[in-house]
Formats: sequence, C-alpha cells, structure tokens
Amino acid sequence: MSSRESILKQVKANKPAAAPLPATLAFPPLPAADVLEKYVRIAEAVGTVVMQVESLSAIGAYLKKHYETPERVLNTVKGVGFGQELSGPIEDGHTLANLEMAVVQGTLAVAENGAVWVSEEHLPIRVLPFITEHLMLVVSEQDVVNNMHEAYARLDVSVPGFGAFISGPSRTADIEQSLVIGAHGPKRAHVFIVK
Amino acid sequence: MSSSTYIAPTDHAKAADKFMEDEERVNWHDKALWFIREKRDVASKQLPEWELLRETASQIKQNVLANLDTYLEQFEQNAKQNGITVHWAADAAEHNRIVLDIINKHGIQKLVKSKSMLTEECHLNDYLADNGIDVVDTDLGERVVQLAQEPPSHIVLPCIHKRKEEVGELFHKHLGTEKGASDPAYLTEAARQHLREKFLTSDLAITGVNFAIAETGGFVVCTNEGNADMGAHLAKVHIACMGIEKIIPKAENLSVFLRLLARSATGQPITTYSSHFHRPRPDQEMHIVLVDNGRSIQLGRKDFYNSLKCIRCGACINTCPVYRRSGGHSYHYAISGPIGAILAPNMDMKKNADLPFASTLCGSCTNVCPVKIDIHNQLYQWRQIIAKEGYVPATKAQGMKVMANVMANPTLFRVAGKSGRFMMRLAPGLASIKAVNPWAKQRDMPEAPKESFRDWYIKNKKKS
Repeated sequence: MSSRESILKQVKANKPAAAPLPATLAFPPLPAADVLEKYVRIAEAVGTVVMQVESLSAIGAYLKKHYETPERVLNTVKGVGFGQELSGPIEDGHTLANLEMAVVQGTLAVAENGAVWVSEEHLPIRVLPFITEHLMLVVSEQDVVNNMHEAYARLDVSVPGFGAFISGPSRTADIEQSLVIGAHGPKRAHVFIVK
Repeated sequence: MSSSTYIAPTDHAKAADKFMEDEERVNWHDKALWFIREKRDVASKQLPEWELLRETASQIKQNVLANLDTYLEQFEQNAKQNGITVHWAADAAEHNRIVLDIINKHGIQKLVKSKSMLTEECHLNDYLADNGIDVVDTDLGERVVQLAQEPPSHIVLPCIHKRKEEVGELFHKHLGTEKGASDPAYLTEAARQHLREKFLTSDLAITGVNFAIAETGGFVVCTNEGNADMGAHLAKVHIACMGIEKIIPKAENLSVFLRLLARSATGQPITTYSSHFHRPRPDQEMHIVLVDNGRSIQLGRKDFYNSLKCIRCGACINTCPVYRRSGGHSYHYAISGPIGAILAPNMDMKKNADLPFASTLCGSCTNVCPVKIDIHNQLYQWRQIIAKEGYVPATKAQGMKVMANVMANPTLFRVAGKSGRFMMRLAPGLASIKAVNPWAKQRDMPEAPKESFRDWYIKNKKKS
C-alpha cells in the first residue's frame, strides 16, 4: 500500500464524528467614510504612509516632488506618469535585485488590518513587491473594504496563480522583540488611495 | 544542524533549573513574553466579534478533522490541476527522502528555507546537511539559532531565549559585523544583506504552509519578513511542506483564520505578508509534501484530536507561566510550550512523559487559544495516561500514591495535617530545604497555622 493510501485509510478510520461547516460570517457594512478613516488609521499604525489623492497623475506629481529621479522608479500603473513605465512581463526577477522603487496596482485594501491585495494579474513578475526597497501601492477609494470577510467575498483568490495581502513594509522583532522595519522585503511602503 | 554541538535535554524540570540559574535572563524572558501576551489582549479586544471568530474557527477545524480524508483528496486533485506536484509522506523519514529526491533530481547543492515547524519536527535540516546539502534558514530568528547550532525555542519567536549581545557575537563570528555591536537595527540590516545574497543565488526554496485550501488546491504562507516570498519567487523549484491537518475547506474560511492568527501571535492585525500560492510560475516547479507523521493516530485519540486544530500562533506559549520561566529548549520537542506538551506524547510517550507535567494547569493557554483547544484539560488527561502506562518517575509516582492514600482516609488525613503543622512549627527550616521538599525550591513555605480549619470549625461551632 502506498503512503497515500495508508494515510487516507488511517484518517478515515480515526476521524471524529461528522460536524457541519459553519456558515460564512458577515457583519453589517460600515459607512464608506468610516471605512476609509479606519483604513488610514490602521495602515499608518503598521508603518504604511497613506496618501489620499485626486487622480493617478497626482501620484506622479508626488513622486516627482519627493523622489526626483524617475530612473529609480519602476512604474507598472498606467496614468501615474512617472518612472520607468512597464507594461509587459519581466523574464527574470534577479534583474530587480537593486530596484529602489516599484509602483504597483492593488486590487483592494482592507481597513481592519491595513492590507492591500496584490496579485499576479497586476504584476510583471511575482517577486516585484518583495524585492523592491520601497513599495508604492495604488488602490481606488471604492475598493477599500471594512474587513477580511468582505475582502474574500469580493476576491476569487484562486484566479491568479499568486496573490498576497501586503500590510506595510517588511518587519522583524526577532532580536529581543525590538521592532525593526525592513527585514527581507521593502523598507518603506506607501499606499495611494485614489478618489 | 549537522555536526551540531547542541544536546537536547531529556527532562523538563532539570532543564528548567538550568535556565533559571541566570535570573536576569529569566526575568527578561518572562517579561518579553508577557508583553506579547498583552499585545494579543489589546488586539483581541478591538474586535467585538472576537469570541464568535474563535468559536467559528474551532468549528471549521472540527469540520476539517471530521472530513479530513475527503478534503485531502479534494486538495490533491485541485492542486494537481493547478500544476502542483503532490507528495504523501507517512512519517518524517519519508518526508525527508522526498525532499532530498527533488533536490537531487535538480542537482542542487544549496537552498533557502523559510519557517516551517513541520521540517523542524522532521529534523530536515540535519538530514539534508548529512547528505551534503547547504540549507540556509532565512527567517531572522531561525538564522540566529541555526548559526548558534540550536533548535528554535519558540514557534513564532525562534530566538527569544537569546539576548542581543549574543546575537551580536554570533553575527560578528559568522557575518563579520563589528565586534561588540548589538543594536537590533544594525544586526537586522546585516542579516538582510547576508540573506539577500542567498535568495539571489538559490535555485530551490522550501517553505512551510499555514493553510491549504481543499476547494481551490492552493496554499497560504504568512510571514512578516517577506522571506518566504523572496525565496519562493526567485527559485526555480518551490517545495512547500505541510502537516495533513493544515487543510481548510474553502478560501473564504481564510477570513476567519487570518483575522485570528497574527492578533493571537503578536498582536498585529495581520502578518505583513499573507501569500496565496495557486500555481507555479511558467518557469517554475512547485511541490507540496503532505505529511502524516503521527497525526492520523492523534486523530483517533478522542481526548486529544482537538490538538490538531492548532494554527501555530504561539499564544499559549506566550501566556504560559511555566514556559516563560523555563524557556523553550527545556521542552526538548520541536514545538515547545503547552501545545507542544500535548502533541509530543503522541509521538513518543516515554520520551516526552515529563512534558504534560510542565504546567500549573492554570488554564491560561486554553483561554487564549484562537481555535479553542482545551489545552490544559489535555495536559491533565495525558498525565492520567502517562501514569497508567508507568512512565511517571518513581519518586513522583510513590509520592502521589502516598498522597492518594492520605487523601482517601479522613483519619490519616487529620493525623498527617496535625503532624505536618507540628513539624513546621518545631523545625520551620526543614520544609524549606530543597533536597527534602522540592516544592520549596523557588518558593517560601507559608507559616503553619496552629490548628486546622476543621478543628477551628468544631471549636467555634460549639461556642455559638
């Protein structure tokens, strides 16, 4: 008997009595303004710089003002108008080893934890939001949801081959519980909420 | 950890004694973990639906365990359709062989690995090192203990037993940081640079799995550092290793678990990264190893199968008054603390007979558990079984037998009480001598009252 068969056989013989799967949880929706306020508060608490902007081009203007040299920015969001624009896929993630900044479209943002869903559908290569030193995420204001239940109700996470909730810059507190921002992923994170 | 100089202790109480010799460290360890417990409390209280989430999570896991065979088959089928290769391992040895075979097939000499308690349980690092493979742990805390040739002492905070000066010393020796430097930000930056080079030059990445979704055939890996993603997305081959109990039915169930996991673990609202893998990249090979290693046996133990609901948040560990003062290594099992103490006897009852006794049965672990495992009840249940099987140390067994006889006989109980009080007044120092009374080792004995409550009651009842 293969291990597969022996494991399944033993699991079947030993499993506890039937128990129903509980119903999907849902909570009353919050007013949009409250959701947005909550998102900003919690995202900032986890180390994200949140900017509320009128348009995509306002992001470009912000970047120009703060980061000057467009060569340092890999921009994958059309309409931002700043940085090295990229539309096609990137073949090899290793070429991004020294990338300073990436602008990436997020699908939605979650108020309760400051996270943004970033998926392969909007990425030229999976490693991009992790390997860049500074991650700039762009989310439409109408795509800010209250909690994870609303997020999973809106997403089919199995459509892209890869997707992630990203909340803030990478971090560690492994040395004496001292929080250090910038472990292996980005050292800084921006989220631009576009009206 | 091959050629490791680390020797695991065999007895919790003895190892705890040793840990407690360094009082300053114990006090720091105790406070650091309690601080995390408090952060968990703050985070949980911000959600009015916290208890509903715990109950729901527990029920989802109950449903998982009751249908584990069908969910595993469903997961396998969907994962295969997604282009993921699925392997089954009955035990640790088979798991290790499967991983090594994949590595050898690609002619790979070195790899990066993110946190996986399962691979710790299987001692994968030792096995691969013995087979000439260079394994680099990429979680900062795990890299620290790997350089120190020690196992992790905590499932979420692998090097919580180390002071920053010790980390500084290790990094000076292995990464060339400045001698005497111990600033966590400086040391973290050094590790970032050191490990980035490893990410960029490794063709194979091993990760753990936090949740695997039966309905979609995908899996989720949670980290704060981004090390699982850096490893997996840059490597040509990704191997994800998971215990069979990590299955959940549907993607929407993740909403419940991801709300509970980080809040319970560190008080964060969510880990920085919750990465959902469903298909390999076009230029990548993706493997999943489903590991039993005793889980299907535990599933059949009606008093203990609940332990398989565990999502490895570490909340029970942070809150445990015994863990906080004895350190993770004293548990001599890959998973330390209360949850480890109910999982370990299933693997080897004799070797781990001491662990269910490493508890005050205060129940704090049960109170914080996000999936409502009745941890302290299971610790108590294991004690019964271990005693019945004859694995309790002779002195403890003898003492308990005497105590049981005394407790069961009212006359004997009164005589014992009277003589105890008499002796403590006559020679108060005697009960405080550690060799005679182990209970007094870290405690002061109370002052003995002149009479028992029973005597006092009889006397005062007559007066009124």
